[in-house]
Amino acid sequence: MDQDLPEKHPLRILIADDNDVDRLILKSLVRRLGHRVYQAVSGAEAVDRYRQHRPDIVLLDVMMPVMDGLEAARQIKALAGEQMVPVIFLTSLSEADALARCLEAGGDDFLPKPYNRVIIEAKIKAFNRMRQMHETLSRQRDVIHAHNQQLLAEQRLARKVFDNIAHTGCLDAPHIMYRASPLSVFSGDLLLACPRPSGGLHIFIGDFTGYGLPAAVGALPIAEMFYGMTSKGFDLGEILREINQKLNRILPTGMFCCACLVQANFHQGELRIWNGGLPDGYLLRPNGEFQLVRSAHLPLGVLDADRFSTDVVIIKTDPGDVLLMATDGVVEATNRDGEMYGEARLQAALGPHTGAAAVFEALQEGLQAFTGDQQMQDDATLVVLEMVSGSLLPAVSAQLVLEARNGPMHWESSYKIEGPTLSSFNPLPLLLHICLEVPGLRHRSSDVYTLLSELYANALEHGVLELSSAWKNSPEGFSRYYAERERRLKNIHGHFIRFHFRHTATDTGGKLVIACEDSGKGFDVQQYLNNGHGRTPYAGRGLALIQGLSESVRFHAQGNHIEVVYHWRLP
Amino acid sequence: MTIRPHLDQDALAELQDVMEDEFGVLIRTFIEDSKSRIATLRQTLASGDNDAFMNSVHSLKGSSTNIGAPQLGLLCAQAEVAGRAGQMTEVRALLAEIENEFHVVELLFERWLCSAT
Repeated sequence: MDQDLPEKHPLRILIADDNDVDRLILKSLVRRLGHRVYQAVSGAEAVDRYRQHRPDIVLLDVMMPVMDGLEAARQIKALAGEQMVPVIFLTSLSEADALARCLEAGGDDFLPKPYNRVIIEAKIKAFNRMRQMHETLSRQRDVIHAHNQQLLAEQRLARKVFDNIAHTGCLDAPHIMYRASPLSVFSGDLLLACPRPSGGLHIFIGDFTGYGLPAAVGALPIAEMFYGMTSKGFDLGEILREINQKLNRILPTGMFCCACLVQANFHQGELRIWNGGLPDGYLLRPNGEFQLVRSAHLPLGVLDADRFSTDVVIIKTDPGDVLLMATDGVVEATNRDGEMYGEARLQAALGPHTGAAAVFEALQEGLQAFTGDQQMQDDATLVVLEMVSGSLLPAVSAQLVLEARNGPMHWESSYKIEGPTLSSFNPLPLLLHICLEVPGLRHRSSDVYTLLSELYANALEHGVLELSSAWKNSPEGFSRYYAERERRLKNIHGHFIRFHFRHTATDTGGKLVIACEDSGKGFDVQQYLNNGHGRTPYAGRGLALIQGLSESVRFHAQGNHIEVVYHWRLP
Repeated sequence: MTIRPHLDQDALAELQDVMEDEFGVLIRTFIEDSKSRIATLRQTLASGDNDAFMNSVHSLKGSSTNIGAPQLGLLCAQAEVAGRAGQMTEVRALLAEIENEFHVVELLFERWLCSAT
């Protein structure tokens, strides 16, 4: 700091004293020190002069006519506002009371009479240093404030970009209730939902270690991959694998994302859930029974691809069942005594219910009763999903596709996967992509995807793996079914599945014929046709779905070759 | 009773140095100012306006001390104390002394100014 500043730059000093002799002497003394002097003979004049000249330091006599020094000091300090103006009282007063009143009025110091030039000089210097320090501080504070404003503005802008990428997707669909954390501009929590081409749904709920910019940076690729891959028809495991790999690569050690990915298949009445590091989720039956969805994996971004597992918990559901997933902000919400909400209290709050909204409300009420008048914890993110029959989302309004007849209308394609590829590769996104090249099929992607996925699931699970759908009718059989599926998938030898597509234009639109053939034993088609549903290895729901969507379904002799005809019409 | 010099020669010399050309103006101002204050003292003492009396005696004390007339300043200080204590007989006696002292100081100042110029 420049200590010599006062000498180099004369200060502007206001002297107010009604005693002409004293004022003359002081004026001369201050001038001799090289400063510029303004004079006043009353308190009122002192205030006027201050307003007019904004001097650096004010020297005020206490006893003056027309407003005394005390009142003048108050008014000058008020006028100065944030600026620091040292006010020094000129006085021969010596009683403690009087001196105290001077300080209460805003005075900073006293200058005793008779004047001593050494003391005057010392005090002016000292107060000028203080004034400069105050100015420096104010300036720095303003700079910091401006920086902070800029930072906030940048964050708001970044937030917009962030929200465009990591938007909440279809979270506003009916039968979904959620609460997303508003912790800061960027929270460490992430909640995404995206419809699948099949009419089902993926929900991602995640909690990054840390929050702010680092968490947001990690959240962006997750959102990109989640929305991109889900809408292209990729499966839960494939999406998880991609996200894990990406996070593993980009996040520094010690940073990861506790997350849960949920696949809801409404047609099949089934939830597939991967929980890595989030608190237990709950599948709540309307009668109050519940099933825990425990974390079975390490968080995303921890393990490398080789050790990463995408095993999911599969839960059979009925319409009205409700899934609740939350970040740890819920069970760790604290009351005034610092006690945590905990899982026991959470479970007690969740009784029999009548759907997503009821569960959400019960949860909010339970938490609020516990935490008192406090708001729900800032970092608590939760989502409640109710299983419904059919599709959750209203059908996408068929947009008029004017160029529907453009693009490939007449084509044929065959795609065959063999051997070990069957156990590790999901061909559905690729097949869907081929079909959606036809503009007229694009807004029927849900139909096409459903046909493809049902055909493929049937060919793989019943044809190649020879699993019986009858097992799925009981809860024990249900888990046995999937355990067996995993086991058999690892030992596929000499099998194949072939898709054959043929698309042609019709007068009213187009016709897509999908044939799916597998290397399994097949089944007795004739017997199936005679007896009805009982004997077909196809899951009743699966076949019903295919039949509902298509013009015709034909089984070839052995039952391991099925042909579906799907018509689409111009709007 | 404490006696101080009529004029503090050292203080005056310093003041003359500080004031430079304005020293004469300062002395004249002091004399005129003090005359008017003494008149006010007499007047307010007669009319019983104690506050105005105290203000004036306080002010005269300040300027006397500042200009280097310590005895006058001391008398004013004593009058201030007596006035605050309500000892009016004493105040009246002191006011007479103040007037006498001022005449001496005024004479001495005139002499100083003449010798200085």
